[in-house]
Amino acid sequence: MKKWVAFWNILLKDMRAYYLKPPNISWGLIFPVAWTGMFFIKSGSGLEQIPALLPGVIAISVLFGTTSMLAVTITFEKKNRSFDRLLLAPISLNLLMLAKTAGAILFGSANAIVPIALALFLTDLSAISWVTVLPAIILIAIVSTFLGLFIAVSVSEVFEAQTFSNFFRFPMIFLCGLFFPIDSLPAVLRPLSYILPLTYGVDILRKAINRTNVMALGLDFFIITCFCAILFFISLRNINRKWIT
Amino acid sequence: MRIHESMPPESVQDSLIDVVKLTKKFDDVTAVNEISFSLHQGELFGFLGPNGAGKTTTINMLTGLSRPDSGTIRVAGQDCTENPKAAQHLIGIVPDESNLYPELSGFDNLCFCASLYGLRKNERQERARELLETFGLKEAGGRKFAGYSKGMKRKLTIAAGIIHRPQILFLDEPTTGIDVASARQIRQLIADLHSDGTTIFLTTHYIEEAERLCERIAFIVKGQIVRTDSVKNLLQPLLGRQVMLISVSSVANDLSGKLATAFRNYEFQSISPEQVHIESVEPISLGPLVRFIEEQKIQVKEARRIGPSLEDVFVGVTGIEANVLKKEAEKKGGSA
Repeated sequence: MKKWVAFWNILLKDMRAYYLKPPNISWGLIFPVAWTGMFFIKSGSGLEQIPALLPGVIAISVLFGTTSMLAVTITFEKKNRSFDRLLLAPISLNLLMLAKTAGAILFGSANAIVPIALALFLTDLSAISWVTVLPAIILIAIVSTFLGLFIAVSVSEVFEAQTFSNFFRFPMIFLCGLFFPIDSLPAVLRPLSYILPLTYGVDILRKAINRTNVMALGLDFFIITCFCAILFFISLRNINRKWIT
Repeated sequence: MRIHESMPPESVQDSLIDVVKLTKKFDDVTAVNEISFSLHQGELFGFLGPNGAGKTTTINMLTGLSRPDSGTIRVAGQDCTENPKAAQHLIGIVPDESNLYPELSGFDNLCFCASLYGLRKNERQERARELLETFGLKEAGGRKFAGYSKGMKRKLTIAAGIIHRPQILFLDEPTTGIDVASARQIRQLIADLHSDGTTIFLTTHYIEEAERLCERIAFIVKGQIVRTDSVKNLLQPLLGRQVMLISVSSVANDLSGKLATAFRNYEFQSISPEQVHIESVEPISLGPLVRFIEEQKIQVKEARRIGPSLEDVFVGVTGIEANVLKKEAEKKGGSA
């Protein structure tokens, strides 16, 4: 029970101190909306094209919502040594890192509500399978958060965390089928799409929203879950190796 | 430099912390080299040494922030060498830098730290208020930690270290870098914690601080413990000795060397270019000394008899001038 008191308070502290602050909201929401607007205007499509764009918008909102702050805050806490305080608390490293990432997962998942709410207002979404959308959003939030964690553990300076985050995030916008189907990518780039976790999350959303998926749903869920586990355990191993020297 | 194996004065069963042959290397540098010591229930144990001696590395290994390369650590009977989490609930840590959360208030910082040890909401709020009162930070409790002065930050960091009433408290240079008044207050708080029964492991640059507060002291130099003993035992060999400090008004080249040639019964040591430390088993006659110095065309500013101090023991045991420690503390911004 004591461990869960610690878990809950680490989560609450991070939400209050970081995730609900204006800079995060701007990165997490305004930036994806601006990108979507750009694609929407460029395509010259009408409102009937919204379901086609929605999987990409949801995915990008979750991606930026989760990674915009997590990598930076963990690097910042490590730098000013307040992270040591957490490492010295009598809770396991697994639980500690789940607590540190839970805020980003929740915030990222909540970010997905914004484009969905806008789309609901503008077009008919009755054909969407919400039962599939919901776990897809959560899995995308988890995998993006763990990617942020992986980045945080790999760098030592806050500016490096920002740069390294963008190194992953921007290629994913183009390579993961968010706005262009993977099939339309040059053959040489296509293998890259399949080694990026977001590809599988977007494919699930495509299946649930407009049935334009390219892989089987079960395979998507399996691969993205594997990515979550691999990124989390690599990050834990790196923390153990680099931060507890 | 003599190396004394540190032997616990009482039985090992009485020990709260047992460290045996602890070693830590960073690449080719051996930061801590086969150190052994024990801490007894309720004891205030001092760890004294210059920068880079291995004090913080030792604390990091004892608390679980660093893994030893060899040796064993037992805390409250539990083997923490491989599993430091086993005893972390018993431990409070005050690091050498105040590392609380700048964006949280003093009160929220304390409540958050209490929650890490599983204290429930009412309990942690009550304890946070109690500690803010004790540390004279009641008025500042609602302000963000980022806006605190250095002394206030230090006090709140100590409060955060004891919020869960730990059995063992690690204090890493608690008075370095803060003003004299705050340092005095912190020393009093440490003494109060000790009298309340908390076992304290204190690292410090300040020899006088260690002498005033600690029951036992270990001198650590270049990763090795060169002597561990009670303050009383450390001072014992010096009790029959006469000590005097002479200050001169101008820089005197090799004054201690010239004095040593002229007065063979006394031992001379230059503390600084303007200060000479004199020790003897016989009573020191001041008149001939002053006349000799003035014959060298140097004016004597002050001559003072001083009691034997831990500083003398430290210099004797480690070969390091005591003012080296003071300078290091000053470099870190100390005034205590």
